[in-house]
Amino acid sequence: MNGLTETLRIGLLRGGLELKQFMRQRESVVFTIFFPVILLFIFGTVFKDTIAPGVTFSQYFVAGMIASGLVNTGFQQLAITIPMERDFGTLKRLRGTPMSVASYFIGKALLVTILMILQTALLLVFGTLMFGLNMPTNPSSWITFTWLVILGSACSTVLGIAFSVVPKNGRGASAVVSPIVIILQFFSGVFFVFTSLPTWMQQFAAIFPLKWLTQGMRSVFLPADFATQEVAKNWEIGKTALVLVIWLVLGLIFAVKKFKWSQE
Amino acid sequence: MSQSPAIEISGLVKNYGAKAALAGIDLTVERGEIFALLGPNGAGKTTTVEILEGYRKASSGRVSVLGFDPATKGSAAQKWRNQIGIVLQSTNDSADLSVIETISHFANYYEKPRDVQQVIDEVGLREKVNAKARELSGGQRRRLDVALGIIGSPQLLFLDEPTTGFDPEARRSFWELVRTLQSEGTTILLTTHYLDEAQALADRVAVINDGKIIEIATPDTLGGRNNAPAKVLWLENGSTQELFSNNPTEEVMKLSKRFDGQIPELQVLRPNLEEIYLRMIGELK
Repeated sequence: MNGLTETLRIGLLRGGLELKQFMRQRESVVFTIFFPVILLFIFGTVFKDTIAPGVTFSQYFVAGMIASGLVNTGFQQLAITIPMERDFGTLKRLRGTPMSVASYFIGKALLVTILMILQTALLLVFGTLMFGLNMPTNPSSWITFTWLVILGSACSTVLGIAFSVVPKNGRGASAVVSPIVIILQFFSGVFFVFTSLPTWMQQFAAIFPLKWLTQGMRSVFLPADFATQEVAKNWEIGKTALVLVIWLVLGLIFAVKKFKWSQE
Repeated sequence: MSQSPAIEISGLVKNYGAKAALAGIDLTVERGEIFALLGPNGAGKTTTVEILEGYRKASSGRVSVLGFDPATKGSAAQKWRNQIGIVLQSTNDSADLSVIETISHFANYYEKPRDVQQVIDEVGLREKVNAKARELSGGQRRRLDVALGIIGSPQLLFLDEPTTGFDPEARRSFWELVRTLQSEGTTILLTTHYLDEAQALADRVAVINDGKIIEIATPDTLGGRNNAPAKVLWLENGSTQELFSNNPTEEVMKLSKRFDGQIPELQVLRPNLEEIYLRMIGELK
């Protein structure tokens, strides 16, 4: 018997099961998948200003919302649902079976990936139809987009699993996790143009992945010359990749070492 | 190695800080046995069972479950988990999945799963096969837990307070299920608060209190129950008379002679398991 294929096979099955459970909880579907679209609708309708020649705030905002989507479906969703699974005894039961931890993580990653694809597609379609979002035409932008999504969601997934040890119980998880995400969104240039934020806020945000993801997404969806409007006067693509990789590795180590199966 | 006892514990100690939850447990469960662990809350039942299940680590002592140390990690532990089944205390997971979805999914985890349909029949969930877990009654929910515990055809099954919240009828049919599992060769370690359950199911019981085993015996001989004086009750002169005797048969014969055959409202009572148990854990003097 090949242990690795078995782990992968069970991981895929778990992904399917996770998705099935997720889709049956209407509140979580609405909250996780549609909420960013609703936000886009509100912000896009209210703020119609042009922030640079040929760039409207709603275009700026879509780029930020796609980046935040990665944080919503990964970090936020996992850091809230895993403590609930711990409360419900799901994790304890799984630990008593031959299923390997890796399969559990693979299942979660799969769930996040699918949710993220759904959400990103929705935002792209909605942003293009209603708020004049321009789809990039050059392949290099799409390549950047692809690795940003993959690296960003991987990062978001492991950090969500890692952060799941923080909430004391499932009921309180949302109250611990959601404010962190909202504050990061404010600080990272999702709801406001990043350069208009105070310097200390910018520097604080630069520690965390979301700022780099939003900036990366802007490099994909905004005109190339908008780069001069950024703090560093360019897109800092290499630095973005580096920051995300560092968080990914730290998150992975922490998630594997500190993951809690039950509330002891 | 398949001939090692199902469970072997010697000198098992578990400390939480300075407090000893288990102060040296010795215990052997043979293969094919139904073994019940009795004890008040906080006596160390759950700690013992969770060490055997691999959820907690012993502070010291030797523990062997199916010839394997449950504290071991890695792929050997995964192989070992293929041979055990765990039914935890009340759970509340997979609420949005149906009975068949959950059981079929868990079957994938095991090398030699049982037939899903057969398990559904065995636990009596045939009529609820498409119901979501959230729609099940307490007893049905517990049956689902048991189904997930036995789907991997375990050699050893842990049942932690399996019938809490059952009505008497559900409890009796659950006992039937446990007996069926035993007849198929499954060893069962049961913890329960119900003495009648231990009496009905267990081949042997261990009474644990303050982290120590007080006694291990069959339900009929625990605490010298078989040798304890029996209480003989009968009706005479309009009121119930009673006497205690080590030889109740003789007393009954004497009475029978006195009443010329039929003794009015005769009862001969051995102390029941509950009385013996309560006396052992110091609740009853």
